[in-house]
Amino acid sequence: MRHHVILRVIAKLGIPFIVLFALYVQFHGDFGPGGGFQAGVIFGAAFILYALIFGLDNALEAAPMNVVVAFIAIGLLLFAGVGVAALLLGGNYLDYGALADDPVAGQHLGILLVELGVGITVAAVMIAVFFTFADRGR
Amino acid sequence: MIAAHYAALQVVAPLIAAPLCVLLRRGALAWLVTVAVSWIALAIAIQLLVQVMATGPVSYELGGWAAPWGIEYRVDSVNAFVLLIVSGISAVAAPYAHHTVVREIPEDRHYLFYSAYLLCLTGLLGITITGDAFNVFVFLEISSLSSYALISLGGERKALTAAYQYLVMGTIGATFFLIGVGLIYAMTGTLNMADIAARLDPVEHTRTVLAAFAFIIVGLGLKLALFPLHLWLPNAYAYAPSAVTVLLAATATKVAVYTMLRFVFTLFGADFALDVTFFAEFLIALALVGVFAASITAVFQNNVKRMLAYSSVAQVGYMMLGVGFFSVTGLTGGIVHLFNHALMKGALFMALGAVFYRLGSVRIEHMRGLGRQMPLTMFAFVLGGLSLIGLPLTVGFISKWYLILAALERGWWPIAGLILLSSLLAVAYVWRVVEAAYFRDPPPDRPRATEAPLALLVPTWILTLANFYFGIDTSVTVGVAADAARALLGEGG
Repeated sequence: MRHHVILRVIAKLGIPFIVLFALYVQFHGDFGPGGGFQAGVIFGAAFILYALIFGLDNALEAAPMNVVVAFIAIGLLLFAGVGVAALLLGGNYLDYGALADDPVAGQHLGILLVELGVGITVAAVMIAVFFTFADRGR
Repeated sequence: MIAAHYAALQVVAPLIAAPLCVLLRRGALAWLVTVAVSWIALAIAIQLLVQVMATGPVSYELGGWAAPWGIEYRVDSVNAFVLLIVSGISAVAAPYAHHTVVREIPEDRHYLFYSAYLLCLTGLLGITITGDAFNVFVFLEISSLSSYALISLGGERKALTAAYQYLVMGTIGATFFLIGVGLIYAMTGTLNMADIAARLDPVEHTRTVLAAFAFIIVGLGLKLALFPLHLWLPNAYAYAPSAVTVLLAATATKVAVYTMLRFVFTLFGADFALDVTFFAEFLIALALVGVFAASITAVFQNNVKRMLAYSSVAQVGYMMLGVGFFSVTGLTGGIVHLFNHALMKGALFMALGAVFYRLGSVRIEHMRGLGRQMPLTMFAFVLGGLSLIGLPLTVGFISKWYLILAALERGWWPIAGLILLSSLLAVAYVWRVVEAAYFRDPPPDRPRATEAPLALLVPTWILTLANFYFGIDTSVTVGVAADAARALLGEGG
């Protein structure tokens, strides 16, 4: 893709905004349409676009495979960990109401963290799937 | 305080351990986590069973949302028993896994293996414990997806095709199941099992509910390898890594059978199922044809793992036979066979895993003369085989005893005869292995095999001896199974 100047320039310009939009969808998900899954897909798409335009090696340098795999686990741990935190704070498993003194604030905090966990795992899985397929036969 | 959360922790413990294994990245550490969590899960399952037998069903509201709106975990005598089977087998299979994994799987994938193993355990425990019909589907997918990955880790290239075949069939099964649940939801507006059972009565005779029943039975039939929907199973079991075969053969089909029991008896109700034209007769016919077809096929297998896989299809037939009788005795036989079959197949596949560990093959011609070279392993195999045949003092006898009693109760003499006859087929295929191992000379080109390491022998013998312990002292197994059967048929308990 070295000779496709337009693609390279547009991608360079666009990728930061794609990532920013992913974060918007992620953290605005409790007030508007969005949430962890959609945000994770958008975030992953930014990396995949980068890999398509600038080559797999550059992308792997930015996000080494074992880091990506670790983030798959971290997202799930965050989700499950919020559940355990609620349990330790005296609620049932995943009862976000127990996370803060005010149950409504607790629900808010809980869903935000859980969705962040979903977002991390989904983005990491998207990237890992792409890397795995792109890496075949090399 | 923790005691109130056992129901959630049963599933959450392996769920959290799975990503932890990925972060640890060391095969040996991941193995330690797996063993620890499997034992914790077993301890929780025992606690839950004790609690249920003492004070009745345990209900847990996930996220603090009351049923039927939230997801409810509900443990009664039926699924407490299945939880015990699943976590018990995993508690023995996890320590066993270490040596076979080192031998059979590339080192950079060990931690992924244990992670998938724990996810599979999570899924199986989740299917069993949940009281929410949609949640069953979610956990069904967790356990299925992880088991496809586990099977594909098998050493031979054929493992990939076997996993793919299972993936296609399993996905069809899960989709059918989901369609059925969706139709029920359309008619009742609820997903909570107890709530569905209460609301299904007025709409019971609509086509939609009948279609839902059909979709769920066929979908689960695929997952539990009910003849003739079993075609994925022999290859999946034969080519999976040894530890995976032990886990799946002893638990996966059992959990699917449990799910079918739950849907047929708790959700739809025995009366509804009996009203469906020829359902019971159809189930019994399929079960019997399955027992004979699979047993006869097993006799002609040269790969012993494949032989036992076909035998598993036959054993599923016995369980379905118990369901088809629609009586307390029949169901007791079917449910107790869940437990008993887990013990015998667990022991047999573990012994085979030990053989594979030494020989690198489980083909019958390679196992000649093994009785003298690996005496303890092969003797465990023989004892497990006797249990499979149904010799008195073994668990296999207990299962068949109740099934035959149930047949006689209904006055169906020919079926009782067929059950006895099918045991002879088990004698035939077990004998083939015994003959090769004890009455033939070892092939001259095979290097002398030595006895399997203790780490493999101890779990194998724990399960082998359990075959006899629970064959002699049946108060726990038959007691709980009878209680579960009565609960399913709505006759108290």
